[in-house]
Amino acid sequence: MMNLRYLITFSLALLLALTGCGGSQDKSTEEQSSSSTAQADNSLVAAKPADADPKGIGKFRDVKLTHPLDEAMVQKGREIAEVKCTSCHRLTEEKLVGPGWKGVTDRRTPEWIMNFITNVDEMLDKDPEAQSMLELCMVRMPNQNLTDDEARAILEYLRKNDGKN
Amino acid sequence: MKLSFFLITMASALAVQSCKMKSAESAAGGDAAARTYVAPGKYDELYNFVSGGFNGQVSVYGLPSGRLLKLIPVFSVHPENGYGYSEETKPMLETSFGFVPWDDQHHLALSQTNGEHDGRWLFANANNTPRVGRIDLKTFKTVEIIELPNSGGNHSSPFITENTEYVIAGTRFAVPIANQESALDNDSYKKNFKSTASFIGVDKNTGHMSVSFQIILPGMDLDLSRAGKGPSHGWFFFSTYNTEQASTLLEVNASQKDKDFIVAVNWKKAEEYVKAGKAKKMATEYYHNQLNEETHTAASEVIREVLTLDPEELKDIVYLIPCPKSPHGCDVDPSGEYIIGSGKLAALIPVFSYQKFIKAIEDKAFEGEYNGIPVIKYEAALHGEVQKPGLGPLHTEFDGKGNAYTSFFVSSEIVKWSIKDLKVLDRVPTYYSIGHLMVPGGDTRKPYGKYVVAYNKITKDRYLPTGPELAQSAQLYSIDGDKMQLLLDFPTIGEPHYAQAIPAEKIKDQSVKFYDINKNKHPYASPGEKATKVVREGNVVHVYMTAIRSHLTPDNIEGIQVGDEVYFHVTNLEQDWDIPHGFAIKHAPNAELLIMPGETSTLKFVPVKPGVYPFYCTDFCSALHQEMQGYLRVSPKGSNVPLKWGTGEQEPVAAR
Repeated sequence: MMNLRYLITFSLALLLALTGCGGSQDKSTEEQSSSSTAQADNSLVAAKPADADPKGIGKFRDVKLTHPLDEAMVQKGREIAEVKCTSCHRLTEEKLVGPGWKGVTDRRTPEWIMNFITNVDEMLDKDPEAQSMLELCMVRMPNQNLTDDEARAILEYLRKNDGKN
Repeated sequence: MKLSFFLITMASALAVQSCKMKSAESAAGGDAAARTYVAPGKYDELYNFVSGGFNGQVSVYGLPSGRLLKLIPVFSVHPENGYGYSEETKPMLETSFGFVPWDDQHHLALSQTNGEHDGRWLFANANNTPRVGRIDLKTFKTVEIIELPNSGGNHSSPFITENTEYVIAGTRFAVPIANQESALDNDSYKKNFKSTASFIGVDKNTGHMSVSFQIILPGMDLDLSRAGKGPSHGWFFFSTYNTEQASTLLEVNASQKDKDFIVAVNWKKAEEYVKAGKAKKMATEYYHNQLNEETHTAASEVIREVLTLDPEELKDIVYLIPCPKSPHGCDVDPSGEYIIGSGKLAALIPVFSYQKFIKAIEDKAFEGEYNGIPVIKYEAALHGEVQKPGLGPLHTEFDGKGNAYTSFFVSSEIVKWSIKDLKVLDRVPTYYSIGHLMVPGGDTRKPYGKYVVAYNKITKDRYLPTGPELAQSAQLYSIDGDKMQLLLDFPTIGEPHYAQAIPAEKIKDQSVKFYDINKNKHPYASPGEKATKVVREGNVVHVYMTAIRSHLTPDNIEGIQVGDEVYFHVTNLEQDWDIPHGFAIKHAPNAELLIMPGETSTLKFVPVKPGVYPFYCTDFCSALHQEMQGYLRVSPKGSNVPLKWGTGEQEPVAAR
């Protein structure tokens, strides 16, 4: 019986050794584990890339702005924000849970804003600007699962808040 | 006579068991660890839904790892997430006898399409207060519970037909119909006591249940049941005991006859009689509770009549097949041709043939009648008997390759045998006293096979001792090869009875991650902090509260008085996966709420003393979770402290 115990321990150890080599991990494992680390709040210890893309990380590379503001979008953006955002963000410069919104459209590009609010986890994990905000606020911004249209409407609302036209 | 046989078998089983115990450790093969090892971050191959028995819940394990994934409260309150305590879930446990906070949950059935698990719903029985529950496999939540009238205990349930046409509910205890009083003696039993088989219709699209009809059977104990499939689709088969019709000392008095019955019900025919108006309307009262997934709120309706069919009048809907010695399991093989009865006290397993059974009816090969119902000749329906398979056969599952696996409680083993030639092929010990067993999909037309899981009643020396009360266990065996091989042994919570398992692919991608806050139709929802408020209506106070990382709004509330009924309606504003918030308030004689993203839940609190009552989020949600807290000020009754609420500063002026 003792022998068998040793055998089981040995085979477990062998198994660990094998999977530890990395070569035996299939792609889905890697994807799974990378997506699970994306959930974890370990961004502060992760290595940061040297140069930041002012447009952030995400699919929005070229956001067309309207002049004057699209008031229907502003109204829609306000409604969405009141459900999903204003628990944590003031319209002033005052930081609540997250930073105040006043001036955000001067500090960030439209693309960065839209990428941040739709691609929250990747931005918080990789984008240097988003990461330095996290260091200040210490609470990861929730991914509020905004659609592209909703994100665009919020951008319009932020522009309105900053007196853009 | 049966009793003495039972004692002998018990004694010999103990002798056999003590020999086997020595080899318990050596039973697991060398590659068992590798075959059950699921690396961190990797998913299991199968979901295993396991009945909780006396905990009234359903537990979900991953296979082959045996990792516990979730506990789904069904028939028992669950203070951990507020099930049965929140205002939204209280109606789920209402019955015609009031709020029932506990039950004994024995059997599970996954919904089926064309005789295969379709991954839509899971049905669960309540053994004690007769009910059937439905769990939605998109949310893993109990969404419906229906009570059963004219039932004395719902054991042979919730077995299911191959297209989920019906979920069955057969009574374990015969009782007088309509909750009538009766003297307790054998004569009264024969005269007044009845069993019922309720056919619960299931709506194809919504899953909603309704009692379509009940068949009123002579008094006896309906134990387990299975629907026919393939050629035998349209029939339901029940095992029975106590066909002696005793009301006392059943251990002896229900073990008198050499054979009890398999009750065969032609439900297609019964359906026709119902359509033809042959069913009788009976006044009754039972509850039907459903969760509205838009309002996140359950509601009860009371139903006041049920359709019944009498097989003494309608001669061709019920037949009886004699089956040796108090059968327990009654299992139908994947082809639908063979019906296996497992006599708890028999030293053989009878296998009945559906074709022969049908021919016996055509040939009128009857040996007589039992309470007006025709009894088919045993040999006329018999395919054959498995001789000396083991002691105390209970349940049989199938691998779809012509093999059957039967659990033996008394001799603590699983025996593999061939259905066609009735030969025993292999046997493995279980540790100890197996009840149910389960092959993934083993009750369907297309078993997934690969494993058989034993659900054991006794664990004795298997784990570190934990005082007098020990865990029950599950044991995973591989059935890939000719020989069964023990792979894994893990303790379970509650007492596992029957279980179901389904490949992860059929469920995992449909899993709801959060509720869309914009579709939340809860009457007291706060879609955004702007909607939060406190409203007094006499001595009822509604607090419209929101939760988001990491504050509650409002978090300071004043103007509440002793004796007020305060309803905290908490809306979780998060719209991301795995971000629930909790809500608990000091001295609430109740439970906490666990509110899923986008959901609204309500905790009722009636303060009995003035003071300041802290409340907080109970589910660690962020780095500032500990700060997610607030206060409720409670003043004496009649106080003039005005109603006042808020969080932080007032709303800033919006950009307009």
